[in-house]
Amino acid sequence: MNQVAEKVSNSADDTIVSVDGIAKRYEGGVQALKGVNLDIPAGQLTTFLGPSGCGKTTLLKIIAGLLDPTEGEVRIRGQKVTGPGPDRSFVFQDFALMPWATVIRNVAFGLELSGASKEERYEKATKYIAEVGLKGFEDAYPHELSGGMRQRVGLARALAVNADIILMDEPFASVDEQTRRKFQDDLLDLLAIEKKTVIFVTHSIEEAVYVSDQIVLLSRRPGKVANIFTTDLDRSVSPDEVRRQKNYLDSVDEIWAILREYLQEDESAAARKVRG
Amino acid sequence: MALRDLSRQAWMWKILSFVLFFGAWEIAGQIPISLSFPTFVDTFVAFMRMTFDGSFLGAYAQTVQPLLIGVLISSFAGIACGVGMGLWRGFEWCTLVIFIILQAAPVAAIIPLITYLYGIGLTSKVIAVVIMSLPLIVLNSYKGIRHTHPSLLEMSRSFQGSRMQEIMKIILPAASPLIFAGLRLGVGAGFIGVVLAELLITPTGIGDLITYHRSVADYPEMFAAITSIIVLAAVTLTGLLKLEVFVRPENRAR
Amino acid sequence: MTIFGKKVHIIFSLFLWALVWEVVGHTGWFDIFPPLTEIFKAGLEIVPTDKFHNAMSITLHAYFVGMGLAVLIGIPLGSLMGYSKVVDQLVGTWVNIFVSAPLTAIVPVLMVLFGIGQTTVIASVFMFAIWVIVLDTRAGVKSVNPSLPEMAFSFGANGWTVFTRIYLLAALPEVLAGIRMGLIRAVKGVVIGQLLVAIMGIGELFELYSRNFLFEEFWALLLMVFAFAFATAEAVGYVERRVEFYASAR
Repeated sequence: MNQVAEKVSNSADDTIVSVDGIAKRYEGGVQALKGVNLDIPAGQLTTFLGPSGCGKTTLLKIIAGLLDPTEGEVRIRGQKVTGPGPDRSFVFQDFALMPWATVIRNVAFGLELSGASKEERYEKATKYIAEVGLKGFEDAYPHELSGGMRQRVGLARALAVNADIILMDEPFASVDEQTRRKFQDDLLDLLAIEKKTVIFVTHSIEEAVYVSDQIVLLSRRPGKVANIFTTDLDRSVSPDEVRRQKNYLDSVDEIWAILREYLQEDESAAARKVRG
Repeated sequence: MALRDLSRQAWMWKILSFVLFFGAWEIAGQIPISLSFPTFVDTFVAFMRMTFDGSFLGAYAQTVQPLLIGVLISSFAGIACGVGMGLWRGFEWCTLVIFIILQAAPVAAIIPLITYLYGIGLTSKVIAVVIMSLPLIVLNSYKGIRHTHPSLLEMSRSFQGSRMQEIMKIILPAASPLIFAGLRLGVGAGFIGVVLAELLITPTGIGDLITYHRSVADYPEMFAAITSIIVLAAVTLTGLLKLEVFVRPENRAR
Repeated sequence: MTIFGKKVHIIFSLFLWALVWEVVGHTGWFDIFPPLTEIFKAGLEIVPTDKFHNAMSITLHAYFVGMGLAVLIGIPLGSLMGYSKVVDQLVGTWVNIFVSAPLTAIVPVLMVLFGIGQTTVIASVFMFAIWVIVLDTRAGVKSVNPSLPEMAFSFGANGWTVFTRIYLLAALPEVLAGIRMGLIRAVKGVVIGQLLVAIMGIGELFELYSRNFLFEEFWALLLMVFAFAFATAEAVGYVERRVEFYASAR
């Protein structure tokens, strides 16, 4: 009885990923993360935001099972993470597309590795290629696509394996501003249909506020959770109107105020280093 | 349309550069810069004659044999060895320095020793080809394996790819351009090795043509024979470059 | 590699192979592989001889003259190819053919042109070394960030100043890489040239030793030449690494 009760309280408010006391020290001695505790709700978009080098990507890769934490553990629905699993899929900052494979083979790659038949995986891949808006490019090679299109391929690949959790590592970092905004809107539309839990790493305040339900602000290295914001935007209106909402503007200002403090501390630390 | 213009222009330049080179050759032969330096026209005539009277055919029937056997041995052994070095740390530790030294060293110096061991037959010539080409193929394959983009490996891992899948589906295709470049280098070095063997060990094939015409002072024929092996090497290497699209389809012009 | 939890530098693998060689040498299975210790003894014996000194001096002379010419002609030619499209189009095809051509076939041409002697060996060194220097210099000049010369011109520099102060300096990492490759190829050129000319320098010694079954001496000389090739390449590699920072900052 007791055990059951505990389990229920653990998964209260639909927590799907719980990060418990995570610390990461790299071999060279750099302490990237220290004492990170975090619950991530299912079916929502959570952003990790913070100054560069704060360990956002490290934290994301630990959740993905691509990196091992030095201390602590990550649990997904109560199961300890020991490596990559079928419940999570990853979208890479540099797209990580195989240059020798066509779009459809790239999108179907996760299914190929899990041993799905060619028919099955191409059928699924075709569906997701259309969903991310790349219909007609199935047989193109990555080098024939623009940066934005390549990232759509990366997203389609992550969706095709039908994982519950999508982990996105600065997916729009190497995409120009117009493409980026269009992509953000498409992503939100897509997630409204697909009902995924998304964890999204970015260094852009505006992007974080615009796309997420929940923003986790990480402090400077060694990264800790400094603050958690829930944005409450009315998304029934046009994208431009969303960006004029008071909630949106206030959140951006509030986060910028905190980040600016980190920046000034960094600068004075750097200045001390140069003088000393 | 613009593209076609461009490629036509490239051809014009190529032809112009050939005309210029052969023109300079002709003038140097006319002066002549040396009594043993034939004009381009004389050499060209000799080249044509030797092509049609079967001297080239007979010579290359002999030369190609050790070249082909040697290059095939180097390719299989070299790729296997280089890939092994790229995948297993222990193997890499044991062999890497040896191949780096062999690649930098003038291994041609071993040829007199090979002749002592294996005589003047086919075996010696094959070995001459192998020692010249093997280190290049090994080191390029090794580099190809080790330079696989880390995020592709991470990607494979994120989809729970096994080590075998990672090797077959990511590492080998990613390494294939460098492996292919290694094969081209190896074939080029194989040509150097086979000619050296035919000049040094015992005159056969194209080496015999060169040596013989030099000894009887038929300089146009000698130059024609040398030109033929350079042309053959250039054509073979260009052909290999074109073959690469079978391994890396994205390089095919669309 | 790690042994007993300690990292062992890869260079120590050579000691492992040396040990294998020594053991194989002592078994006496292959008469061409005498024990390494015997080879070292033979090396100590041949180094002070006049024959060795003469061979070395004639070889090094051909090596450095041929290499010097390759650098003096190769760098300007390569820069010109990188700088001017016309030169690139006209010469590029030929440089690319010669860089991978069976140059051993050209040595007989050099013999009939320059006679059987030192000039031929120098020309052979030159032919082996120059093409890779040309190609790497060209690549270096081509990869110069175009805003650098624009910056210099905007400060009123003339064409020559821009060429010497911007292009050549910015291309330095590639030029050095070309020289390093050239040095390696030049060693092959000098050995192959001398083997084919047959009566000169260390090429003659190699023939002499193997013809008279002097395997200790043969291997001693060979290992010295290998060590020389490796050491010169590493020396340039060292300078190369010191300027590498600006290849990455580009």
